[in-house]
Amino acid sequence: MKKVSQIQTLVIDGKEVGGRHDETILQVARENDIFIPTLCHLDGLTEYGGCRMCIVEIKGMPRLTPSCTTLIREGMVVTTNSERIMEYRRGILALLFTERNHICSACVSNGHCELQGLALKLGLTHVEFPYIFPKMPVDATHDRFIADHNRCVLCSRCVRVCHEVEGAHTKDIMGRGITARIITDLMQDWGESKTCTGCGKCVHVCPTGALTEKGKSVAEMEKRRQFLPYLKLMRERS
Amino acid sequence: MARELIIEPVTRIEGHGKVTIFLDDDNSVKDARFAVTQFRGFEKFVEGRPFTEMPSIVERICGICPVSHSLAAAKACDAILGVKIPRAAVKIRRLLNCGEFIQSHALSFFHLSSPDLLLGFDSDPTTRNIAGLAAKNPQLAKDGIRLRQIGGHIVEWLGKKRVHPAWVVPGGVNEPLSIEHRDMMLAEIPEGIEIVQKTLSFFKRIIEEFRKEIRTFGNFPSMFLGLVDKDGNWEVTDGYLRFIDSKGAIVVDMIEPTRYKEFIGESVEEFSYLKSPYFKPQGYPTGIYRVGPAARLNVCNGFSTPLANLEWAEFKDLERGPVLSSFHNHYARLIEILAALELEDQLLRDPDILDTHIRAFANVNEYEGVGCVEAPRGTLFHHYKVDNKGLMQWANMIVATGNNNLAINQSVLQVARHYMNGPEITESMINRVEAVIRAYDPCLSCSTHALGQMPLQIKVVNNRGNILSEKMRD
Ligand code: SF4
Ligand code: SF4
Ligand code: FES
Repeated sequence: MKKVSQIQTLVIDGKEVGGRHDETILQVARENDIFIPTLCHLDGLTEYGGCRMCIVEIKGMPRLTPSCTTLIREGMVVTTNSERIMEYRRGILALLFTERNHICSACVSNGHCELQGLALKLGLTHVEFPYIFPKMPVDATHDRFIADHNRCVLCSRCVRVCHEVEGAHTKDIMGRGITARIITDLMQDWGESKTCTGCGKCVHVCPTGALTEKGKSVAEMEKRRQFLPYLKLMRERS
Repeated sequence: MARELIIEPVTRIEGHGKVTIFLDDDNSVKDARFAVTQFRGFEKFVEGRPFTEMPSIVERICGICPVSHSLAAAKACDAILGVKIPRAAVKIRRLLNCGEFIQSHALSFFHLSSPDLLLGFDSDPTTRNIAGLAAKNPQLAKDGIRLRQIGGHIVEWLGKKRVHPAWVVPGGVNEPLSIEHRDMMLAEIPEGIEIVQKTLSFFKRIIEEFRKEIRTFGNFPSMFLGLVDKDGNWEVTDGYLRFIDSKGAIVVDMIEPTRYKEFIGESVEEFSYLKSPYFKPQGYPTGIYRVGPAARLNVCNGFSTPLANLEWAEFKDLERGPVLSSFHNHYARLIEILAALELEDQLLRDPDILDTHIRAFANVNEYEGVGCVEAPRGTLFHHYKVDNKGLMQWANMIVATGNNNLAINQSVLQVARHYMNGPEITESMINRVEAVIRAYDPCLSCSTHALGQMPLQIKVVNNRGNILSEKMRD
């Protein structure tokens, strides 16, 4: 039995808009050409709500709320773009840069990177927090792929695509907070993994230079993500 | 989508020259040292990185000759892949190096050195720069800018971004040359050749006025090192090592650069971040050799392009053996610009240059690779070791200025002896020290200091290590 979807109306940035009751603020905003920056969100994957790039203000709620995981409600008044929001977004972004080693000029993803793109878009011109410069390994054991933890932002897109779409669940996150790290199987070398099918989906959903194809030189790693919404659509049909 | 780089936690390498002059008890000059207070962390910094990133990482070593570094790195990477790169890629890389030579030599000659030559070494330092030059000889200044642009266009049109072309890759290059760009480059060559020839005849006219400088600017016997092609002719991108002695006799010839370690030793000294390489068979520090424009002209049998070859013959006539004065690097630079333009023309007329097969792909097949090219300032070596996964384990680089390190010390010593009287540091002496260092065009970022002045610290020290005088110029 199909559930009846209800239409609800709300205001985003002064614009009266409407959406289905099971849509998120982010979805409705995008349908109405209202830009909200995102990092962990990717069309075709379940929402994770981890990066907090997509925070918005909802009238009557003192705290900023991630728009990718918040469903719309009738009569909501949402602001996506105040000075306060921008300041928080920039702060979050700056912290991402300080947590690992992002040396864009020597990175294979330079020029095609979502993190870099966000910094540009949000006008992050300098980072005020001290850099941590952690010593992070590079896993080059796989025949075709490289995992460079120096560039990972822990968005978990790779984990979700591997589990939800490929069905292998090779990737996962180990540890918490600042010690969290993407792992392969039970923390084995990628090249040793028995579950990895080598499909490369994780590489292509990764927003940064953390998962890449081997042999790419600087700025050469362009990701192709079009496959995901298409795959999903085809699966839902069958 | 071209985006700007945003975050760069690695500090750009900065450096300034530090000169120390040692006096004996009778106030005579005993020794001199030129030290570079420059960061040498790159070899450490790259450990653990995928080797395929090297051509771009090393471009950051130096903002002035990024192309040379990426070419040397790419060649070392080709060796690790174990591939022979496609013909078009070989030629496009050679073309790129022509652009680098034209651009860099034009900068060195017109912007940095000709103010000294034209306005005089003792003229007011505040106007002894490109602006002062433009006032005195506007055409020369204009020519310099134009020539730099012609070289810059090659790098820009091939590498997309002039300053840091992320474009030379292991196994070849990442984009072919388009017909439009080829034609645009071809169209600029005649003007370039005309400018250099004009400047050459101008330079030959004024050279007489610098007899004293020629005699005292790094004019001492030493060995020379440079690459030559299989016929022994001038070569800057692919070639073999040749050493000659101070009399011009060939000591080592037709050596694959992969064997550099058999002939070059590297000594590390406390006072400088720069290593001091020496000719191994003669030991340290006797095995002093020089690299760079004059060295290349000294070691080769001639040029394979006609105009440059004529100029070379005239250059060689300056002295019976090799041309020993480092002052003549200026002269040699002009001849090399001419050669690079002629070579550019040859390469662009070769149908191979438009071929679209430009890259070889492979995995790690060798755990070690050496890449060597001539950078505008001299021979440049990159030597890498990787593990079986292609992660960098070790790197060694010998940069052009390093090769010249011992010779620069020697030259500063020579100038100090000539222009110093007691512990006092005179303007005239600083000017000469600065100029002799500049004759080598050392690749410190300060050597491109916009106003043509390099930050220089000079100290005079006696036998007991007391500082007698000290001056800073920035
Ligand atoms: S992953 Fe993105 S932000 Fe990080 S270094 Fe690479 S290009 Fe820069
Ligand atoms: S590896 Fe890439 S996709 Fe996976 S969590 Fe890190 S940044 Fe996200
Ligand atoms: S996109 Fe909403 S929290 Fe990451």
